[in-house]
Amino acid sequence: MEIFNNNKTYDFMGKKIAFLSISGILIVASIFLLLTRGLNYGIDFVGGTIVQVKYDKAAPLDKIREVLENSKYAGSNVTEFGTKEEITIRFTGSSSSVTNDISDEMNKILVPTGNFEIRKIDMVGAKVGAELREKGIMALSMALLAMLIYIAARFEWRFAIASIIGLIHDVIITLGLISLFKIDVNLDMIAAILTLVGYTINDTIIVNDRIRESLQITKERDLDALINDSVSRTLSRTVLTSSTTQLAVLTMLIFGGEIIYAFSFTLFVGIIIGTYSSIFVVSPFIKFLGFNTDSYRSKQAIKAANRKEKEKLRAMYEQGRV
Amino acid sequence: MKIFNFKLTIFLISIIFGVVFSFPSLMQTDYGKKVNLGLDLQGGLHMLLGVNTEEAVASKLKSIATAIKYFSDDEELLIDGLTVNDNSIYFSILDSDEIAKMDKMLKEIKGLDIAKEDLEYKVSLSSEEIVKTKEYSVVQAVETIRNRLDQFGLSEPTVIRQGDSDIVVQLPGIKTAQDEKAARDLISKAAKLELMAVDEDRMDRVYQMTSKEATAFGDVILEDTNDSNKKYLVKEIPILDGSQIVDAQVAFSQSNQPIINFTLNSAGARIFGDFTAKSVGKRLAIVLDGKVYSAPNINERIGGGSGQISGGFTVQEAGNVAIALRSGALLASVNLLEKRSVGPSLGADSIKASMIALVSGTILIFLFMIFYYRRAGIIANIALLANVFILLAVIALFGATLTLPGMAGIILTLGMAIDANVIINERIREVLRTGASVHKAIEDGYSNAIRAIMDGNITTFLVAIVLYAYGSGAIKGFAVTISIGILTSMLTSILGTHGIYQAIMSKIAKDKNNKKWFGVA
Repeated sequence: MEIFNNNKTYDFMGKKIAFLSISGILIVASIFLLLTRGLNYGIDFVGGTIVQVKYDKAAPLDKIREVLENSKYAGSNVTEFGTKEEITIRFTGSSSSVTNDISDEMNKILVPTGNFEIRKIDMVGAKVGAELREKGIMALSMALLAMLIYIAARFEWRFAIASIIGLIHDVIITLGLISLFKIDVNLDMIAAILTLVGYTINDTIIVNDRIRESLQITKERDLDALINDSVSRTLSRTVLTSSTTQLAVLTMLIFGGEIIYAFSFTLFVGIIIGTYSSIFVVSPFIKFLGFNTDSYRSKQAIKAANRKEKEKLRAMYEQGRV
Repeated sequence: MKIFNFKLTIFLISIIFGVVFSFPSLMQTDYGKKVNLGLDLQGGLHMLLGVNTEEAVASKLKSIATAIKYFSDDEELLIDGLTVNDNSIYFSILDSDEIAKMDKMLKEIKGLDIAKEDLEYKVSLSSEEIVKTKEYSVVQAVETIRNRLDQFGLSEPTVIRQGDSDIVVQLPGIKTAQDEKAARDLISKAAKLELMAVDEDRMDRVYQMTSKEATAFGDVILEDTNDSNKKYLVKEIPILDGSQIVDAQVAFSQSNQPIINFTLNSAGARIFGDFTAKSVGKRLAIVLDGKVYSAPNINERIGGGSGQISGGFTVQEAGNVAIALRSGALLASVNLLEKRSVGPSLGADSIKASMIALVSGTILIFLFMIFYYRRAGIIANIALLANVFILLAVIALFGATLTLPGMAGIILTLGMAIDANVIINERIREVLRTGASVHKAIEDGYSNAIRAIMDGNITTFLVAIVLYAYGSGAIKGFAVTISIGILTSMLTSILGTHGIYQAIMSKIAKDKNNKKWFGVA
């Protein structure tokens, strides 16, 4: 079976203004959302406590709220979690005593609400939250820097910048959607975003590689034509890989339940955006940054000539003639 | 026809390796190394504890004061006003002839700053000594907590230091709230045993006294462990602290109440003997973690260096106190910075959910690949399946821990592994369309695709390394699975499939309709 006829070249560059406008609108909307509505930081980053409780029948939400209001945990946020039986109780405080514990207290307070089991307690002190946040941001920025350097070394600096722009594009829009759908941002989410970064940079590199290859094997001087041809030829692969990965993610989204919902949601929207950007967004930036086919080829030619010269010299040394 | 080419041989050996070493994890056998499941998957308790290192410094100073007191009593030096205040010990010596003796003794204790004005002494710890003491208190806390948890009989507790003054404690397989509470009690119990002299002269006035007044006399007011209305006035500088304990065991008193017998080392025994000989008729307060357990009258000199703590323990409590005493006191208390506890049922649910996702996702990919690439798809699927086995085997052998984010790493890896085959197959199709032979199509397909695949994989590998270096727990787990996955997927999807094609090349070449092998009409 074949989806895309590989011999057809689509005119992506001709429509770049349209695509970039769509991206621009999405980015502006995302930034607006991030600034106004913000992200729903989970306790991993701001500190606080989440208690996940499962009842043997539908959880009596009103009763739970009532007993909590009469305890020291007044003001807690009680919500259903995935199913009717399961709830989470969330509050901002945290306890620093090892012996006198929230789980012990919760076990006592919730007694009048029925048969339950405390399935999970996450308690993060404010200081640790700040540390985790810093470390997460640090890890993400160092990863971006490492990719920037590698792509610049393997391809050309304009490819590197364009790829990173594409990456930032994907991350911002994904974060915008996370904000729109009020998904909790926790450590799992960082892992999801990192998965996304790994995935989408891979996509971009495949396209970049094709452009580089075309530069070497054809004499095409027009960058637009060259990019159109390269993107068209990788289109089949890009769409296929996205679909196969999306199949896996979709099953996570459907069967994975509440536990990995945030994770699979992020991947699901991220992969769509990442695929879109590697086809429509990254390549125009290579052009905007002033990439020039002729000067690239002449630089490559000089490099090749230098390499040949060195090999010649080495051969002469090895044969004992200088 | 040569079937076993170099690449295929390596691939087959890796498959055998993968199947053999992933077997224990998949079948949950008792033999061999299994994949370590993270606490989020198997349930358990994770805590990040902070060590209050300042307390260790204060306590060190106090024990130096104890030494000074013991020395001056022993040598019959007359000193006065021995107090510990603001990180320094103050006292004055009454006879100027004895200054040399005192100086000599203080010199033997390392790391002290001594300021002297006539007969007035001010002794404090040097700044290097303070740093050293803080450092040691963390190291000691790690060892002590590990020791206690080992004796408590929990399976595979992890106690590791993190950063300057933090400790990560992980207790997999904690099943009930009671178990958890017992473990937490054991970890946090300071287990600081002090034997203190009751200030008999002023004891009668203890209920009228404020703690400030007590300090002025060099005393402290302590509560009774069973009755917080009952108070004792004891000398602030203890006769002995818990560091001289060598053993502690649960025993039963004549009235069949659990008590704890402790044994002191020889130095402790000597101090204890000397003190009891001098203090017949007075009371000795046995103080554990700042509470008085009992204050028996001293009837005679107690030699042999053993004593007992009684005071309304349950059998289980007595057992835990004995473990804590044996493992030594915490030089500094710990506080809770982060706690994550996952019930066993939730862990099981998480595994189930992610396994369903993983398996159904993989099956969908399998079907899709066969549908789209026909036989080439089957070959890609063989590589993918082999990849799963080898990945599990390597994770098990490395002793890496599999967490939920790690599972996500596996899914990404499978995505990238199948991506390599998609790229290769697309390249092969391209060459086939030009009308070239199958042999040329396959060889060109691989050589054209390899550069893009390598660049993609190396970039992701770099990301993984950076994440491992800078990330915290969950992110590290993700980084480990990704890096292992990249290596195994290159082995299976590039080398393995290429080996298969080379082995069956002549068969494909003979097939007149050989484009169908790659799903091309």
